Amino acid sequence: MSAATLTRHEEIEPQRQLASVTKPLLVVLPFVVLLLAASLLPDWAVQVPKGWTIPFVDWANTVIEHLRDDAIFGLFSFRDLTRAIAEMITLPLAFVEGLLVAGFPNIGVAAMPWVMTAGLSGVLGWYLRDWRLGALAAGCVAYMAIFGKWELSMITLSVVLVAAPIAGLIGFGIGILAVKKQWFEALIVPFLNVLQSLPHFSYLIPIAVFIGVGHKAGAIATVIFAIPPMARLTILGLNGVAEEVREAGKMAGCTRFQTLWMVEIPSARQPLLVGVNQVIMQCLAMVVIASFVGARGLGHDLLFRLQALKIGQALESGVAIVLMAITLDQLSRAAAHKEPAHVSSDATLLQRFPFLAASVAVIAASLLLATATPIAQAWPSELTLSTAPFWDALVDWVTVTLYDPLQHLRNAMLLYVLIPVRDLFQSIPWIAMVALVAAAGWSLGGLRLALTVSGLVLFIAFAGYWERSLITAYMVAVAVLICIAIGLPIGIWASHSERRTGIAKLLCDTFQTFPSFIYLIPVIMLFKVGDVAAISAIIIYAMIPIVRYTIFGLRNVPSEIVEAGITSGCTRRQLLWNIRMPLAFPEIMLGINQTIMFALFMVIIAAFIGTKDIGQEIFRALTFNDAGKGLVLGLCVAFMGLTADQLITAWAAKRKQRLGLAS
Amino acid sequence: MTEAKIACRNLWKLYGSDPAGFLRRHGGNPSIDTIRAEGYVPAVRDVSFEVMPGEILVVMGLSGSGKSTLLRCLARLIEPTAGEVMFEGSDILAASERELIDLRRHKMGMVFQHFALLPHRTVLDNVAFPLQVRGTDRQKRELRAREVIELVGLKGREGYYPRELSGGQQQRVGIARSLAVGPDVWFLDEPFSALDPLIRREMQDEFLRLQRVLNKTIVFITHDFDEAIRVADRIAIMKDGVVEQLGTAEELITCPATPYVAEFTRNVSHDRLLSVRAFMAPASSRKPDAAAIQAQALLASVARQVLTSERPVDVVDDAGALVGTLSRDSLIDALYGKEEHA
Repeated sequence: MSAATLTRHEEIEPQRQLASVTKPLLVVLPFVVLLLAASLLPDWAVQVPKGWTIPFVDWANTVIEHLRDDAIFGLFSFRDLTRAIAEMITLPLAFVEGLLVAGFPNIGVAAMPWVMTAGLSGVLGWYLRDWRLGALAAGCVAYMAIFGKWELSMITLSVVLVAAPIAGLIGFGIGILAVKKQWFEALIVPFLNVLQSLPHFSYLIPIAVFIGVGHKAGAIATVIFAIPPMARLTILGLNGVAEEVREAGKMAGCTRFQTLWMVEIPSARQPLLVGVNQVIMQCLAMVVIASFVGARGLGHDLLFRLQALKIGQALESGVAIVLMAITLDQLSRAAAHKEPAHVSSDATLLQRFPFLAASVAVIAASLLLATATPIAQAWPSELTLSTAPFWDALVDWVTVTLYDPLQHLRNAMLLYVLIPVRDLFQSIPWIAMVALVAAAGWSLGGLRLALTVSGLVLFIAFAGYWERSLITAYMVAVAVLICIAIGLPIGIWASHSERRTGIAKLLCDTFQTFPSFIYLIPVIMLFKVGDVAAISAIIIYAMIPIVRYTIFGLRNVPSEIVEAGITSGCTRRQLLWNIRMPLAFPEIMLGINQTIMFALFMVIIAAFIGTKDIGQEIFRALTFNDAGKGLVLGLCVAFMGLTADQLITAWAAKRKQRLGLAS
Repeated sequence: MTEAKIACRNLWKLYGSDPAGFLRRHGGNPSIDTIRAEGYVPAVRDVSFEVMPGEILVVMGLSGSGKSTLLRCLARLIEPTAGEVMFEGSDILAASERELIDLRRHKMGMVFQHFALLPHRTVLDNVAFPLQVRGTDRQKRELRAREVIELVGLKGREGYYPRELSGGQQQRVGIARSLAVGPDVWFLDEPFSALDPLIRREMQDEFLRLQRVLNKTIVFITHDFDEAIRVADRIAIMKDGVVEQLGTAEELITCPATPYVAEFTRNVSHDRLLSVRAFMAPASSRKPDAAAIQAQALLASVARQVLTSERPVDVVDDAGALVGTLSRDSLIDALYGKEEHA
């Protein structure tokens, strides 16, 4: 047996070596030839001719207009339907806002005193993990009250508290249906893939068209945006339930319904709660961006101040958003990781229901306190503190001291990196790009993958935004390369010890919770507006996944293999380059994949600070309520991401299989 | 003759694009080469056997031999490709979903390799679970659950969650759960494979103790031949989806049907399994010696007497009549194998 395998290896080896050299060459060869021969090619092969544009935008608009104006289902029109759905969110939103901040003037009931909100948040944190999380949650609420962000933050929180459960339930339902009905899964999963790679703004435009502009529209956009991750994690969680556990349910005599509700869903509790965490964070990110269609709250405040270039005040709002993000993330994460533990049989009622008891105590105490002193009901505005002067001073200092070096850096970046790369990208004939993508697809996944990815690229080419897309692609490419250059060493450094890994993970986790819009504040402060600022924002934001995946990949190399390396006498350097890196490489590639996705998200948001790519066009579409254009542009961005995603995932899967790491 | 509790006849399970059609095309009995050549994966091939009430049938095989699939076909967790599974004389494969659920709620219990406990339920709620899904009210089901928990020796842990227990304790919960409805038939799928060797032995003893009290009809899956010998009434050895041989441990050791079975049984210590009968030489009828040994005695119990005796020792049956003699040489052959001796 072993002898046979040996000889077979010997036979295959030379061919393989040849293939490993020629295959990558074959993939890039047509691209290189076409690129070099660009000046010889006919015009139609270099620039997509105007006449070739397929009017996707018009088609989309026709459908949308038809839906908006003419579609009638029996007694009501499509528009009535969307408006009715919008109305459904109004009541719970008004209720939660009334509870947290506005009160119910009609029935003469005031909002919850801020000390009660703070106290209850504290109890929740303590119950979910420990008193430290409780202190964080209570402190966060108190910060909002004392630093004058009370109303804004509670409005934002209300939207999250209403949107997250709705989005969560819808996503959960979709996920369950997909797991139980195969045809539905086949239908929904590609759709979810596209939805998840659509930039935030693409969600806003149809909302503006069908529901209008305003706070309610923002809330709806938030709900819709947060559905896909929940659906996806529900599918993942339910499919991850061990077959044995499912069988145990069946053998206990469960009906299908009982199997689902009593066995599968509770067993998938943790991944489902991770989904809830995702939903909450997506909601917060979206409610900040939804300020573009008129959602009120902290995001609106931030947008307003950024537009007025009041960086100090913008930073103050940013800090409030960040604080809220960290708290919500920590709370929902703690809920996901909370494990049930037994209570001794002689426990008192208080020990059995600690959360209920503490909550009741807090409510009673804070009601008493609020009647005793008005400070406990609503923090008086004359006592409000502001950190704006501090931030203003910081911004001034930065502007004065760092102006020259920053200008130099910015000019150098533009002159020596950005402009040359942009020119290079713009000189790529479109057929060369198609050829490259198709060849890569063919070599990694055969005809099917080749057709898929070249189809995606052809859509972008014929949608009529090829040049804009190239600008987007160039910004993403530069940013991703810089991310790799910085993130990879950081990841390698952090993977060296448990302690470093812990620190790096904590930082990644924390930074990832920030709504992407936040990252614009520091770059505007440093670089004002333009490509350098945009790329800097992308770099900060998209650095997270590459660092995270590098650490994960390096730390997850089977320890036996590492030990084998050590006993073979490897130095640390040899260990890294000969053993750990090659084995971690597929994982690192998946990190790069994520980095590309993050970069695409950010590049669109960065349109806010004046780029000339697809993002700017989407921005315009939003201003003019051009839903069709917004949708097609959104798809262009999504398809760029999906092309990279398809190719990299196929490569990583292939590589993992060859390394025997496939699970 | 009593009726078999469970019987399967010509049971097949193949994986592939159209296993039923494939089986039909090949007259219901394709060879393993044909199966593999056409890209099908054979899990269970033409298996037939009966399990009598109160019997422990151990199905033993290495991983990939199809033993777990066979068990799941018996419990109809997996739909067989062809064949019959009779449960108390009625065809379980013809049962409707409702009937199947009913059967599982009253007559079957199953223990899983990795315990398959519900992580969000306490020990008590895990054990009461099968009663809960069939609609037993809380008081009754908890009373019964406490009873079974005490039976498996976990009294005092009712309020614990599975992750707070050791592996052995978790499997005790799994056993208790499978017994909660008082099933007639008990399926055990490698119940002790995930446990440490010492705990495994302890659990095997526990299992035998329970069975002495409960007297269930049992199909027990294992990959460990020593375990099979310890618990089995009869053993079925599986390879590539086929039962190579089905018999008592002694039969498998003394007359292996295939080289594969022989390979398996070769390294088993024989002396505590084999009886004198299998190795004695025939003797002419005469009055037996006063120091004669019993034909059904295990070799280990007579070894000293036979090995220290100059001449063959007389062997007698229950009635005390001479049935043969056992010589030193044949005992040594029995214990250590002929070829090594020669």
